[in-house]
Amino acid sequence: MSTVEKTAPAVSARASGRAIPVSLVLLALASVLMLVDMYLIFMWAPTEAVMGHVQRIFYIHVPMAWLAFTAFGLVFIGSVMYLWKRDTKWDNLASSAAEIGVVFTSLVLITGPIWAKPVWGIWWTWDARLTTTLVLWLIYVGYLMLRAYSPNRSQAALYSAVVGVVGFIDVPIVYFAVNWWRTQHQRLVIGSGTIEGSLHSDMRVTLYFSLLAFSFLFAYLLWQRMSTRRMEDELRAARYQVERETRR
Amino acid sequence: MTALVRPALVLAWKDVMLELRSRDVLISSLVFALLTVVVFNFALDIEARTVDALAPGVLWVAFAFAGVLAMSRAFVIEKDKGSLDGLLLCPVSRDSLYFGKMLSLFLFMAVIEALLLPAFIILFDYSAFTWEMGVAMGLATLGFAIVGTLFSAIAVNTRSREIMLPVLFFPVVAPLIIGAVEVSTGAVGDVVGAMGAGRWLQLMAVFDVVFLFVCPWVFGLVMEE
Repeated sequence: MSTVEKTAPAVSARASGRAIPVSLVLLALASVLMLVDMYLIFMWAPTEAVMGHVQRIFYIHVPMAWLAFTAFGLVFIGSVMYLWKRDTKWDNLASSAAEIGVVFTSLVLITGPIWAKPVWGIWWTWDARLTTTLVLWLIYVGYLMLRAYSPNRSQAALYSAVVGVVGFIDVPIVYFAVNWWRTQHQRLVIGSGTIEGSLHSDMRVTLYFSLLAFSFLFAYLLWQRMSTRRMEDELRAARYQVERETRR
Repeated sequence: MTALVRPALVLAWKDVMLELRSRDVLISSLVFALLTVVVFNFALDIEARTVDALAPGVLWVAFAFAGVLAMSRAFVIEKDKGSLDGLLLCPVSRDSLYFGKMLSLFLFMAVIEALLLPAFIILFDYSAFTWEMGVAMGLATLGFAIVGTLFSAIAVNTRSREIMLPVLFFPVVAPLIIGAVEVSTGAVGDVVGAMGAGRWLQLMAVFDVVFLFVCPWVFGLVMEE
């Protein structure tokens, strides 16, 4: 037992000793950029003529949606590479990206209605983009549930990789289906180009700056989560080794 | 080719024989599907005036739920008696194993649908069945079997597998359910729209073809140990 206590901090100290500098740099950059981003969003960017102040949520909503899709792309890459190479570092990438992707998608699904209610008069509409995002969220919540319910580490990695591959391939098909399904019944509430087309240049600058700030936040979270996972793996390996030696 | 097909057919035949003797899957899934329809009848008040508009939705929810029930059994029967290890030790490829299971699952679901549909037609005097709907049923059921076999093989190894399978399965097959319902609604003739049944059948076919390549490949990788 005492061996475990001695080994565990040594391992984690070694792992964090390697991880802290990069994550600190990312954290510092993300914090500074985020502060500037808040200034740009709330003080500098012009108020939208029709929608008013509520439009400012768009600078948070849209970058998070883009990064959530990026996260699920990373889950796909990590899953394919894990199925191919069976190296846990790919599973660490996939599972960490999935967690952050689900968090970002949840925030997208929360900030969306806050914006939609005053602007459209409704919280939610079954439009193609919204429905696809919801289905996407459900697929990756399933991914995380599957990991939690798997009997052990390697099976969790293997099974969730399957969902990471199948789910991502499914996304374009879902989008097509929902797009056709909705265009058939009711017109899209978001007229094409109400936001994207007529974007004031200051608004566009704010949007891209916000994307940069959130990208650094995303990178920091991903790095942090992956190094935690790596430590967990090292700790598990160390504990396994200790148990084997004490038994002998 | 025969190395792939023959063992698959043998495995599917084994499942069919097992089912003919025990009648585990068909009876329970069919009763469940019928119950779903009855509950919907209370919830939506289906009658002659509304049946054409409501029928596709009710039918496809019943088919999908019964299908999930059938596919959860597909690997549970192997797992419980430890015969999955036996199957994995068999000198046949993982592809044969996958296609054998997929084939028997497809057959079971097709039988359930073939029995439920006439019951539905009689109960609600539903008369809008067309050949497009038949094709859509075939494509959707095939897609259910393709994806369901893979997810069933995974879910059987997890805790609370009864929950895991539908949670994984339904979001992924959403395009099939949308397509099948749209084709059926189009068959009724209220909104065929610019799309028409043809485009939906194409989309469902694309879904089936894509996952017909992806799922056996992934299945082979997952079933290695």
